[in-house]
Order: sequence, then structure tokens, then C-alpha cells
Amino acid sequence: MKEFIIKRTLHIIPVLLGLSILIFALSRIMPGDSIRLKLGPEATQQQIEAMEEEMGLNDPLPVQYWNYMKGAFQGDMGMSLQSNRNVAIDIFETFPATFELIIIAMAISIAIGVPLGVISAVRKDKWEDHSTRIVALSGIALPKFWVAIMLQIVFAYWFSLLPVVGRGEIAPTTITGLRLLDSLITLNFDAFITSVKHIILPSIALSIATTAQIMRLTRSNMLNQLNKDYILAARSYGLPKGMIVYKYMLKNAFASTLTIIGLSFGALLGNAFLVEAVFGWPGMAQYGVQGVIYKDYNAIVGVTLVIGVAFAVANLIVDVLYGILDPRIKYDS
Amino acid sequence: MKVAENNSPVANIDGISIKKTRSEETKRAWHRMKRSKLSLVGLTIVVIIILTAIFAPWIAPYPDHASGKIFFDKMNQPPSLEHIFGTDEVGRDIFSRIIFGARISLVLGFTVLSIAIVIGVPLGLIAGFWGGRVSTIIMRTTDIFLAIPSLVLALAVAAIMEATLMNIMIAISFGWWPWFTRLVQGEVLSLKGEQFVLASEGLGASKWRIAFTEILPNCVSTIIVKATLDMGFVILTGASLGFLGLGAQPPIPEWGTMIAEGRVYLPEMWWQATFPGLAILVTVLGFNLLGDGLRDVFDVQVDKEG
Repeated sequence: MKEFIIKRTLHIIPVLLGLSILIFALSRIMPGDSIRLKLGPEATQQQIEAMEEEMGLNDPLPVQYWNYMKGAFQGDMGMSLQSNRNVAIDIFETFPATFELIIIAMAISIAIGVPLGVISAVRKDKWEDHSTRIVALSGIALPKFWVAIMLQIVFAYWFSLLPVVGRGEIAPTTITGLRLLDSLITLNFDAFITSVKHIILPSIALSIATTAQIMRLTRSNMLNQLNKDYILAARSYGLPKGMIVYKYMLKNAFASTLTIIGLSFGALLGNAFLVEAVFGWPGMAQYGVQGVIYKDYNAIVGVTLVIGVAFAVANLIVDVLYGILDPRIKYDS
Repeated sequence: MKVAENNSPVANIDGISIKKTRSEETKRAWHRMKRSKLSLVGLTIVVIIILTAIFAPWIAPYPDHASGKIFFDKMNQPPSLEHIFGTDEVGRDIFSRIIFGARISLVLGFTVLSIAIVIGVPLGLIAGFWGGRVSTIIMRTTDIFLAIPSLVLALAVAAIMEATLMNIMIAISFGWWPWFTRLVQGEVLSLKGEQFVLASEGLGASKWRIAFTEILPNCVSTIIVKATLDMGFVILTGASLGFLGLGAQPPIPEWGTMIAEGRVYLPEMWWQATFPGLAILVTVLGFNLLGDGLRDVFDVQVDKEG
């Protein structure tokens, strides 16, 4: 097991290095634009060149990359053109908001997706199965930004039940940056309620596609278990159906469902860019979108790399958990 | 007579028997397709959308509303018999604009997938068939491109270009080809040991010939299923980027862009953002249902993403 974790981690490194080279090269293809955008239309050619020189944009690309990576490992990801601060600081401040949103969305997806998948499998070809499958298919096909807007229209504008944008004015003392957690630690219940109210709509909007996928996968994994010998054995012993379903089938089906959670993490990271934009959620994804619009290339490189690392780590965790849940899997290849 | 077409008797017998089973399989496949109601729904939706896109100028009640014209007397009207989806802030009929939007989404999906297939499939063939260092390099490269969600990669690429429809298509393709490389590579690995490949090898066919005339045709159904399933997701990604302001610019009636424009007028003019979203939902759903159906028909293993 230990060996496997080390091997998997070593496998991640070349991928992330490759990603950093790719994104870095992309970001430097047209750096002149962003400087011009930053300095405004009145900037002279000399000013632009001076700034390019200052930011090291005239060095050869490999030298720039080397300097960037050297800095990045020491927590210096270059200056952000939108905030005039170090990108690393911006990401450090915005990451918890995105992380909190993704964790809550993931929790919702599992809490709804797994039971629906079980119902769908147990009631195969009955109306429960058909209706949950149609809901799941639509869930995958829904544009997430549009769902976000629809939720805003109905729950925030028409019924005024929940806030339209943001994370809320009442903030707890920052410890982890995850407001739900921080407000509980500091026993600040006003902040907790505010945070819950603000996170409901964005996390639902974000969770829809993942819920649908988890539901579909749980269903097919459950159906795969149906004809296995151990189920037949359990049945012939006269075990109650509920016990067979939950104690035997679900346990075995869940191990495979876990793999989709790793993949879903990537989908959630991607969709966070859309949901955060709609809900004005002050997270890293929105910072990234702003970076794209303002051609703030240091921010783009920084956000992309952090997402690459997060995605890789999520998949690593899932692989390890998978091994724990299903001991038959051997890691010696 | 078919025998005359081929030089070797072995390949001949093989060729004929394969053709026979193939025509039988087509019949069986259509039967399987007909049995699944959801696939037929998908097929119907896709056909309707394609026809809508082709005949947009004749179907749309107000064809000139797809442009940037302004109609002061019709601004911000809610849905009515005259304008079933209402009008936007400059008085254009939203229904007509959605109809023209079908063209953009289909062109986007088709272009992106064509680029992805043209780049991804040959690389997958090479990686699967040649193996060794070439394969390692190609497959590690796909790992790098798939190390972040495709939407994020497309965003990063879009950032360095001007926001146009063409550029957004390039940006999405940039991260989409590796899916086809992986798919084809896997297929090739499983086909490599098949009799017909070994026979071809025994007859002294070159590697390129085997790869492109023996193996590639056997990957076609898998590629078609994958492309159909992906069509919906590419359209979804395109609309998402359009929504973020990185795709087709107004007054082009791109669905995502239309939602972004309509969002400014919430909550009073809810119809502006609502109906283009429904169009996206129906289109993506149609391609997914059709893709699911084709997957069962061809009986291929294709993973879904998105």
C-alpha cells in the first residue's frame, strides 16, 4: 500500500510538470496585450517595454519558466495584474471559498445520488426507475450556469427565500477560510446561518450534474451485483431483501461508485467557474475567470496549476480509498 | 463477383463472411435501436435540431431578428402569441434567435469534434499499434492535457485569443483530442491480437496498411458513439464559454451568449435568459440519448465524461 502511494505520487509529478510547461508557454504567447490592457490606452511604447522588462518578459522562455517555477516553490507566483498582489496570496485567500462550495456540492451529490441509484436499481424497469433515469439524464444535459440563474430567479427573486449573490456579510473569524467550519469553531451562530443560506443555491446548482452521474453509476453497479453468486447465496438463506440490498449489494457497489467521485471532483472544479460567476461567489474559480477576461496571465497560470494539483490529489485519494474498500485490488503492477 | 476483387483466397473467404454478418448486424442493430424508446426520442430530437438549423431562415417567424437590428416598438415584451418566447431589450424575437442559434451550436460541435478526431484518432492508432517509446510519449501527453477539466483548459487557451466563435472552437478542440487518442489506443490494443490482423501481418502488409485499413475501420463504430455522446458536451462547453463572454460575441445569437445578455435584465425579464437555456438542455439531451442508444446498438464500451 505504502509503495503504491509513493508510486502514484511519483506518477503525478511529470504530469504536473508537463501541465505547467504547457500552460506557461500558452500564457506567454501574447503577453504584450495584458500589459497594454493594464497600463491603459495612454501608455507609451517605452512604458510598455519598461514594464515588460521589469516583469522579465524579455528573457528567453525557458529562463522565464525556470524563474517562475523557482518562485512558485517559494510561494511567489508572480504579480496579479488585476489585484496588484502576488497571485499566491490571491489564490490562498480565494481557494477556501471554492473548496467549501465543492465539498458541500459533493456531499449533496452523494446524499441524493446514491439512494436514487439504489432505488432505481431495486425497482428496475418500474416507474421509479424510469423517472429517476430521466431526471438523471436531464441533470447531465443541463447547462450549470443556466440552472444557477433559474435557482436565482425562483428562490432569490420571486420567493425571496435565499440571497442572490455572495457569501454573506456576517463573516466568522477566519481560521480555515471555510466559513461553515469557522463559524462552528468560533460558535458564531449568526455567521453560520448566514453562511448556510448563502451556500444553498450555489452548491445545489453545482451538484446537479454530479448527482446525476453518481446516480447512474450506482444504478449500474448495483445491477452488476444482482446476478452474483453471493447474492444468490444470501437469497437462498432467506435473508430479508432490505438487508441484501444495503448490507451486501450497496457495500460492493459503492467501491466502484467511489471512482466516479474522483472524476466528479474535476467536473465540479470546472463547473465552479460557471456557478461562481453567476452567484458572485468570491472563490478561486471566479478569480480565474476575471484573470481570463483581464488577460492576467500570472493569475491564469496560478489557478490552472492549483486546479491541476487539486485534481491529481483528489484522484490519488480516491485510488487509495478504493484499495482500502476493495482489498482484492493489488497494486503491484 | 467478390472473389475477383481480392488477390488472396484467405482474405477472400474472410471478407465475404464479414460482409454477411455485418449486414445482418445492421438489421439487428436497428431492431435494438427501435426497442429503446429513449434512443428514438434522442434520434427525433437530433433530426429536428439539424433540420431547424438547415432551414432556419424559413422556420424562424422573424428571420431578420437574428442580426443586430433594433426594434424600438417591440422592446422587452413577455411571451405572447406573436412572440412565443418574448422579445429582448432591443425588441428582437427570442424564438427566432434561438432557431438561428441551433446553427451555431451544431457548427461548433461538429467543428470541434472533427478537429479532435483528425488529431486524436491517428495519434491513438500510432500509440496503440507501434507501442514502445512513441506510445509512451503520446499517452503521457494526453495525461497532461487531461490533468485539468476541459472547461478550464479551454478557458486558459481562450484567454490568449480574441473572443470569437472560431477561436473558441480551437480552444475547446485543444483539450478534446486526447479523449479520442485514449479511446482508439485502447481499441487498437484489444484488436491487435485478432485473427484478421494477424492474417494481414502474415501476408506481409505494412504496419501503416494494417493500422489504417484493417484496424481503423473496426474502430469506426466506437468513434461514432463517442462523437455522438461528446457532441452534447461540446455544445454545453461552447455555451458555457459563450456565457462567460469568451465565445461568439453579440449580436450573434449563440445560446450561451444570449443567456449572459438576458441575465442583466433579471428578474423582471426572466424569459430572456430562460428559453435559450431550454434550447441547450433539449439539444444536449437529444445527443446524449442518441449516443446512449448507439452505444447499445453497436455494443461498444465508451465512457462518458462531463
